[in-house]
Amino acid sequence: MRSAVASVMGEAVLEARGLHCGYDGVEVVTDVNVALRRGEFLALIGPNGSGKTTLLRALAGRLSPASGQILLDGEPMHSRPRQKVARLLAVVPQISSPPFEFTVGEVVAMGRTPHLGRLQGERPEDRAAIERALALTHTERLRDRPVTELSGGEFQRVVIARALAQEAPLMLLDEPAAHLDIGHQVDIFDLLLRLNRDEGRSLLCVSHDLNLAARYCDRLVAMAEGRLAASGAPAEVLTEERISELYRCSVRVETGPGGRPRITPLSALAGVDAP
Amino acid sequence: MWVALVAPLIGSVMMSLSFGAASLAPSDVGLALLSRLPGLASLDPGLSGGEQTIVFDLRLPRLALALLVGASLSVAGVVMQAFFQNPMAAPSIIGISAGASLGATVAVVSGAGAGIGFAGLGAVPVAAFAGALLVTALVYVLSRRGGRTPVGVLLLTGIAMGSLMSALAALVLVMGQDPSRRDLDQVVYWMLGSVAGRTWTHVLVVLPYIGIAGVLTWIFGRDLNVLTLGDDTAWYLGLNVEQVRLILLALSSLLTAGAVAVSGVIGFVGLVVPHLMRIIAGPDHRALLPASALAGGTLLVLADVVARTIAAPTEIPVGIITSLIGAPFFLYLLHRRREYAM
Repeated sequence: MRSAVASVMGEAVLEARGLHCGYDGVEVVTDVNVALRRGEFLALIGPNGSGKTTLLRALAGRLSPASGQILLDGEPMHSRPRQKVARLLAVVPQISSPPFEFTVGEVVAMGRTPHLGRLQGERPEDRAAIERALALTHTERLRDRPVTELSGGEFQRVVIARALAQEAPLMLLDEPAAHLDIGHQVDIFDLLLRLNRDEGRSLLCVSHDLNLAARYCDRLVAMAEGRLAASGAPAEVLTEERISELYRCSVRVETGPGGRPRITPLSALAGVDAP
Repeated sequence: MWVALVAPLIGSVMMSLSFGAASLAPSDVGLALLSRLPGLASLDPGLSGGEQTIVFDLRLPRLALALLVGASLSVAGVVMQAFFQNPMAAPSIIGISAGASLGATVAVVSGAGAGIGFAGLGAVPVAAFAGALLVTALVYVLSRRGGRTPVGVLLLTGIAMGSLMSALAALVLVMGQDPSRRDLDQVVYWMLGSVAGRTWTHVLVVLPYIGIAGVLTWIFGRDLNVLTLGDDTAWYLGLNVEQVRLILLALSSLLTAGAVAVSGVIGFVGLVVPHLMRIIAGPDHRALLPASALAGGTLLVLADVVARTIAAPTEIPVGIITSLIGAPFFLYLLHRRREYAM
């Protein structure tokens, strides 16, 4: 059913063309062409150090291309004012510990920044967006807690709530479930799927969890050593050969619920995987 | 909350005007102040001419300057803490004040600031601003590590930079003076900070700098909030991070320079006040900035009262008092917060 949705998916809303970028002259991403289509839920996978986060930062406009282009709705992103871009594109970066004791409510309210002028107060629609973001991420009861006192998983959900309050049609997420237990992982991916299906938001999500990516996403893009290694439906990308090549480990790939691939890692040690 | 900040402010103002080498009754001082307002002349308590001079020509400008300097250093501290995304940053701790004092002493010794009146004194804050800006930029560039400013690197860089600037400022003062009357009083004054003997001219010279920078800083309150979440997040929320950083750099340097140009290096106000105000007013800069300005003014006025009464008739530079309060507070903060491990 989801593949039928994928086939009627719209034009590219965010696109990298011939993208090269990196840090201090060291190239991390090499000649990448990738497009997020309107209404798509795309996962970006690949081993540590393959350039996923760098590609995400480039797609978010944070990192300027050394060469090539980032197009947002078909126009070069760097020619647009930052505030306007932030109304279209929200990012959930990898979390780091906050230095100041803002409350959860205050941090989520900062998601409204791109919609407000410097001296403008919150309007009813701003407050509604904040309430909705808190409700969707089940963080209402944390509202008055300082973010410095939260667990990693709680803070992760607050960061997602802040991005939701931005009410942008595009969202880029870097490991949104990295600090969460399996229950909260499913919660977050169910939420993302709902945002994708019910509201038509286009999502790009960096993930180390291949099973979650396979379960929830329309399309997977794999990176290796800064280049695009594969792109396609989960079952096309997640073959035993490709995974062992990408991650240098043995896995078994079976068909799980919903016809999605299910990956089980195999130990290199004798006896562990014996029947 | 605002009552809790304004009441101590009024109390400290009354103490500052009443206490000193000549003590006056606070009630008389209060009435004398009110009697200067239109329509209230009947309240005049009949202070003698000498007492009038003490209150209105000596203590009032000194008080105004202490309020201005305390507010300015506190607001500068708030901005720097957001700028460095690090709650241990403050003008005197990371060498910014020392940079401003180097600029100011160069202006004083070269004669640019020796002239009396507006134009002559005006060169001192400008030179102080240049020094503060240079040091802030250097400390920022040298202590940045992969988009963050680790507290250990920041503090060590700032301490080294501050020592260098203080040494240079002292050198300029000692070498630059007329050899027949070299004295170290000037050095002591710039290094320890004081508001003694300040006149309305001093107040008027720095008021535009501090006033304009203070208002602009408040306008950037939302930007400061977002910046504390980190550069990447601030960018994703639509902030033009590099541009905003440059503006904040200029504003915090201006605030520090304005204070240092008229009072030397008064330490720790920009660290102590923002920390206390985060507890009382919260971390939202739109409340934190005005709260810190009020409390910073109050703190410095009180410290100045102590400085001139504790060993009267000898005056102690007020910077000694703020350091006596601030340095232990700084050590306490370093000790308490685990995440400040180097």
